[in-house]
Amino acid sequence: MTEPMTGTAAPRDNTAPAGDPPGRLPGASRENAVLRQVRDHGVYVAIGVLLLFNLLFTPNFATVGNLRLQLVQVVPVAIVALGMALVVATEGIDLSVGSVMAITAAIIPLYLGYGPWVAVGVGIAAGVVVGAFNGTMVAVFGIQPIIATLGVLVAGRALALVLADGRLVEIFDPSLQSLGNGTLGGVPVTVLIVAALAAVVGVAVRWSIFGRRLVAVGGNRTAARLAGLPVRRTLLVVYVASGALAALAGVVNTARLGASDPSFVGLLIELSAITAVVVGGTPLSGGRIRVVGTLLGALLMQLIAATVIQHDLPDSVARMIQAAIIVVAVYVQRDRGGA
Amino acid sequence: MNGSDGGPTLEVAGVTKHFDGVQALDGVSLQLRAGRVHALVGENGAGKSTLVKIMTGVHRPDDGEVRSRGAPVDFGAPRDAQAAGISTIYQELNLVGTMSVARNLFLGREPLTRARLIDPTAMNREARVVLSRYGVDVDVRRPLAGFSTGVQQMVAVARAVSTEAQVVIMDEPTSSLEPREVDRLAEVIELLRADGVAVLYVTHKLDEVFRLCQDVTVLRDGRRVFGSQVADTDRLGLVATMLGRRVEDVRAHGVTSFGDADTPAPADHDRDLVPVLRADDLSRRGVLDGVSVAVHRGEVVGLAGLLGSGRTETARAMFGADPLDGGTVAVDGEPQGRRWSPGRAIARGVGLVSEDRKAEGIVPDLSVRDNIVLAALPRLARAGFVSRSRCDAVVDTFVRRLRIKISGPDQRVRELSGGNQQKVLLARMLCLSPRVLLLDEPTRGIDVGAKAEIQALIDELAGNGLGVVLISSELEELVEGATRVFVLRDGAVVGSLAGDAISEHRIMTTIAAAAREDGEDGDGAAPPAVADPEVAG
Repeated sequence: MTEPMTGTAAPRDNTAPAGDPPGRLPGASRENAVLRQVRDHGVYVAIGVLLLFNLLFTPNFATVGNLRLQLVQVVPVAIVALGMALVVATEGIDLSVGSVMAITAAIIPLYLGYGPWVAVGVGIAAGVVVGAFNGTMVAVFGIQPIIATLGVLVAGRALALVLADGRLVEIFDPSLQSLGNGTLGGVPVTVLIVAALAAVVGVAVRWSIFGRRLVAVGGNRTAARLAGLPVRRTLLVVYVASGALAALAGVVNTARLGASDPSFVGLLIELSAITAVVVGGTPLSGGRIRVVGTLLGALLMQLIAATVIQHDLPDSVARMIQAAIIVVAVYVQRDRGGA
Repeated sequence: MNGSDGGPTLEVAGVTKHFDGVQALDGVSLQLRAGRVHALVGENGAGKSTLVKIMTGVHRPDDGEVRSRGAPVDFGAPRDAQAAGISTIYQELNLVGTMSVARNLFLGREPLTRARLIDPTAMNREARVVLSRYGVDVDVRRPLAGFSTGVQQMVAVARAVSTEAQVVIMDEPTSSLEPREVDRLAEVIELLRADGVAVLYVTHKLDEVFRLCQDVTVLRDGRRVFGSQVADTDRLGLVATMLGRRVEDVRAHGVTSFGDADTPAPADHDRDLVPVLRADDLSRRGVLDGVSVAVHRGEVVGLAGLLGSGRTETARAMFGADPLDGGTVAVDGEPQGRRWSPGRAIARGVGLVSEDRKAEGIVPDLSVRDNIVLAALPRLARAGFVSRSRCDAVVDTFVRRLRIKISGPDQRVRELSGGNQQKVLLARMLCLSPRVLLLDEPTRGIDVGAKAEIQALIDELAGNGLGVVLISSELEELVEGATRVFVLRDGAVVGSLAGDAISEHRIMTTIAAAAREDGEDGDGAAPPAVADPEVAG
């Protein structure tokens, strides 16, 4: 995983000769077209193939219970990945998401006395604060995103453990339990939350001023600045959104477990989220964002793990398959330089 | 002259190089001789960098060969060239800022103890000795990044030279040096010559060619268009060659052949009005030295000068793109404060189209539509959401007006030709209804048709009252397009021409004019004004 992550810090390749790009050779453009198809639609095909495989060969796969379980399990990664996609689209990265989840999880029992929604509100506010800190480091002080958020990754979980006194706290709150395990019309509430968030992010990215600026800042920051765009503000908002979404994932996770577990909640989730984003078709070099693809990327990784487990294969097989898919995703997205 | 008796130390013969079908070098030959400094000059894209990279083993020539002391060599990698005694000082310093001065100086060839470990005492001692030869007296144990660019440059020079180099290649070595440090560099080069080293000196500063170099080669569009001893070369001829002109042609065509028919003379009453955009005394250390430029409504103001003269930096400063050490920018006579920025400039009706279309202009993966409306988003939105229909109306208008050839507004900009990309960037600024446009090389690297269309567009826009600042390396563009031309050299305005006084010849003589007290103090020289605009206009 370190390879694609360090890739974000590398400068864009601008070494093309000063003149005009020559017309592309027909063979090269055909190859590019194939790669582009894989990049843009590969995750859909992969999900389809995997579902088909499971329907044919996995007993008890196509049951309501199993499908619901798969969706519920992917919720935290999906929420975090939505925020991560925004950050990655600006050619950034947010490693602090797992620690934000831990901070939020640690905060909830502290404020539960004021009512569950106050506790949730404070927990999400903490995510906003951490996101604002990350955004300030990146946008104002120009620190590389991977470094700025790496610091918070380490310090954030330490802070969470201090807040929680290093202990797991069980939570008995009916409101939180209905949030974590309830259903609405047969659909888990948490899945509905993901759907709503995806809709909001999708609309914002496609039609809002902010969304258009976001991809411009990621696609060519200098050009965005010279076009008069508020580059700093855009970056700041992106990291705040990522922090808030990570905090929400922490809330959902705590509610579902019925316990606040700052030692383990969200551990390594940043890697799963980055994987979902990249596999979903958002390149680490920024300038493009795929919201539905990100969700499917998260689901794909979940389904691979589930499939392997249900066929009694060791977990390491799932990881190798996932690794291979990540390599393919990064390969088809590599910046082919030039024009 | 005494070093030229033997054969050349390093020689390239008939070297040709293509990149993806673009011819970067076409049969270029050049000889470096012991004890002589050879200037390599040419405008952007002339092929200087490619030639340097071939001589240093970064690229292999497609055709022709490199010879070291008469024997053909095949440099597969930079270390092969280094082994052959060729040392390079790149424009962008290839040093490690976090390591000490001494470590940088001896990187990869550190003095070792008997246990094969680095011997810091010996290294620091030798570093002090080596650097003192270049007049650098610093604590060699401190990290390099803590010192001025000048010191860093000197370390780079010392490093290159101390590797037993037979050939030293310097790529624009003075671009980050103070005048005093340039003098020091000149002394170092004299030392190198005395040691019998052959030097290739890549530059675009004429003064340095005449001050430091014995031979000169001019590249243009990948070809060697001129080569001679500096002693036999005159400044005007060199400027003309660099810009692709023949002195005789310019002289024959005379002073006033342009500027009467095509361009409307600036309306006299505009003179009394407040300029729509004015820059006063813009200064930035080592880049701009008190530049003042004003643009009125309906006026096309040209900025002329060689590469690195401060043309681009002036335009960028007027747009708020770079920080300044001093000077003010005023819109409609209203001075803008220190927070002048591209965002504010655009809000006040000032637009810039950058010279570097790819790095600073287009967002390659976005559609033509998104690229055009990028700066105008707030005007095309309701409640934070962009109105698709308003965008399409704007895009449609400008695609037609500028005749941008696209398959549709959703086509990605990276797929367009250079000319069409340039038109997209013009449309991005024009859809803001600006009052001033700063155009930096708007027709460079685009096809002839698009070029003519953009030139006609500039005329038309100015006719409609837009103020234009036009930067161009093509003199005829300034002569035919501009109503007034400021000539820059070394970050300062050295002359201005207006109306009929604008001619290629006059621009070139102004560029070529030597600073009065060559190398004495470098800041007080009164610019030789070729024509006073108040008189000429």
